Amino acid sequence: MTRARTTTRLVVRKGPIAVRVAVRPLAVGLILILLAMSVGMVNLASGDIPLPFADVLRTLIGQGDPGAEFIVLDLRLPRVAVGLLAGAALGVSGAVFQSLTRNPLGSPDFVGLTVGAATGALLAILVFNASGLSVAASAIVGCMITSVLIYLLAFRDGVQPFRLILMGIGVSALLEAFNSFLILRARIEDAVEAQVWQIGSVGGRDLLHVAIVGVPLLVVLPLILRLGRSLTMMRLGDETAALQGVPVERDRALLALGAVVLAAASTAAAGPVSFVALAAPHLAARLSRGSGPGVLPAAAMGALLMTGSDWVAQRILPDQDVPVGVVTAAVGGAYLTWLLVAEWRRGRRG
Amino acid sequence: MDGRLQGQRLTLAYEERTVAADLDVTIADGSFTVIVGPNACGKSTLLKALARVLRPVTGTVLLDGAGITTYHSKEVARRLGMLPQQPVVPNSIVVEDLVARGRYAHQRMLRQWSAADEEAVTEAMRLTEVSELADRFAEELSGGQRQRVWLAMVLAQQTGILLLDEPTTFLDLAHQFDVLDICADLHDQGRTIVAVLHDLNHACRYATDLIVMKAGAVVAQGPPGDVMTPALVEDVFGVPCRVIPDPETGTPMIVPGDRARRRGLSSPLSGSASA
Ligand SMILES: Nc1ncnc2c1ncn2[C@@H]1O[C@H](COP(=O)(O)OP(=O)(O)OP(=O)(O)O)[C@@H](O)[C@H]1O
Ligand SMILES: [Mg+2]
Repeated sequence: MTRARTTTRLVVRKGPIAVRVAVRPLAVGLILILLAMSVGMVNLASGDIPLPFADVLRTLIGQGDPGAEFIVLDLRLPRVAVGLLAGAALGVSGAVFQSLTRNPLGSPDFVGLTVGAATGALLAILVFNASGLSVAASAIVGCMITSVLIYLLAFRDGVQPFRLILMGIGVSALLEAFNSFLILRARIEDAVEAQVWQIGSVGGRDLLHVAIVGVPLLVVLPLILRLGRSLTMMRLGDETAALQGVPVERDRALLALGAVVLAAASTAAAGPVSFVALAAPHLAARLSRGSGPGVLPAAAMGALLMTGSDWVAQRILPDQDVPVGVVTAAVGGAYLTWLLVAEWRRGRRG
Repeated sequence: MDGRLQGQRLTLAYEERTVAADLDVTIADGSFTVIVGPNACGKSTLLKALARVLRPVTGTVLLDGAGITTYHSKEVARRLGMLPQQPVVPNSIVVEDLVARGRYAHQRMLRQWSAADEEAVTEAMRLTEVSELADRFAEELSGGQRQRVWLAMVLAQQTGILLLDEPTTFLDLAHQFDVLDICADLHDQGRTIVAVLHDLNHACRYATDLIVMKAGAVVAQGPPGDVMTPALVEDVFGVPCRVIPDPETGTPMIVPGDRARRRGLSSPLSGSASA
């Protein structure tokens, strides 16, 4: 099959600036951001006490009545913000890892980073009776330790992406078993909380959680965007990238570190929500048909998937708050199956 | 001998396998150097070391008088470009984007697509005749088309030194000469070209300087007319032959001995040839 297509690009040259942007990825990114924001608005307005959009908007710009203020700002906004930010962080993290490993399965949830973060958090909740910030900190430490462990296990005179992924899947399975074991032997009240946490949820969040994922995103995203061109080059293979003047080792280490931090931060705030990091970059790339890593479209898609899933999660059972991770796992499982079948077909076709 | 690019006392190895030991090589400035030698003798390995993608175990590569590792990576890529023997083919990228990535070393954050970038890419695609392929996906090209696209990417880099590892593989006869002619034109414009070729007659026609390698060592270097003798070809390739003047260019032309004559001698390649 020969596909041919034309890419519309916009060239801007003014003074010291000379850039060329592909129009489609830009448009897709903007539309996805708008969609994510809109779903977020719907989530702010709906719930046990539905509010008109006008009231929500008025409250957001600081002119609502105290009742609406409490519902929108205190109860719902942290949840929506954590959903959007954690989704974006997962999307970015996934896009970076998938580009670095040149494999659609090389995402932080698939190779066990978020599971490692969960182990850290569960140890904190169940063994040390911690809560709040220390749970988040333990999640981040757990994620870091896991990533170093996977790296060391996969290291043999350099790291081959494929070996890294296989090793990650193995470590992930081990940690998953360990997490279940932790929950099994916990007191029943703790176990329920831990179980919900382990599925991934954005319910009952406060400003602290918003900061836990928001601040790392603010710090790391610009760094990753700055290294975006290196990442684009590395997709051509390490050798070609190095020949074109990319400091491959240094930039790869920085990018991987940034992606690990984002995966850890999002897990600390929302638990190990699965499949968003795997699916968001791939879906965004399909829509935008860009040739780069598509970090920003992936961020927007991650935010949309997360808030969209939360919208669904709040509506499945009438009187119960279903953790968002249940929905992402269901959607993601279907998506992964489809992805594997499609790849397999493509492989067979040659 | 003067050389912007030199390898000094290089020991080159992959993990435990040592490919070359104590290798000295100087690429003459402004030369069209062609490296020839049997399979697995270390031609690609040498090129990778000269381009800094393979770190020598011992020894140094000098670029413009300084150790190549002392440069910023982008600076190296502005002076020296290399076409690898088997580049990884990336997924879902169209030809024009691929060629445009050859401009990376010339670009900055806010200066990613200057008029000079655009011109270099257009010119490189025109020279290699891939302009019509601009919107095709790289993974869906034929071997020869792909080879020319990679060449375009390296040409877009606009470096003074070009290392090309078997640039004519996959190409039909016409395109082989097209590529060699492009190299010759660039050489006429003052660039230094280093190419690995397997066709000795092409090598003799185009090279100003021939480097003959065998088992990780340089066994001869110089103008084809001085270097290319029947004794050398038989020593290096194990193929008895005659060397006559090319009726078209006057450069040495290798005429291999017939089957009976070649059978008479044991060839170092016979093991792999029968496998
Ligand atoms: N990545 C690698 N890892 C280990 N050994 C390698 C690697 N690449 C090459 N070698 C070995 O190094 C030796 C020299 O290989 P090299 O690629 O330099 O040969 P070459 O002269 O370019 O051969 P050809 O004409 O077949 O391209 C060979 O014995 C080869 O098996
Ligand atoms: Mg080779």
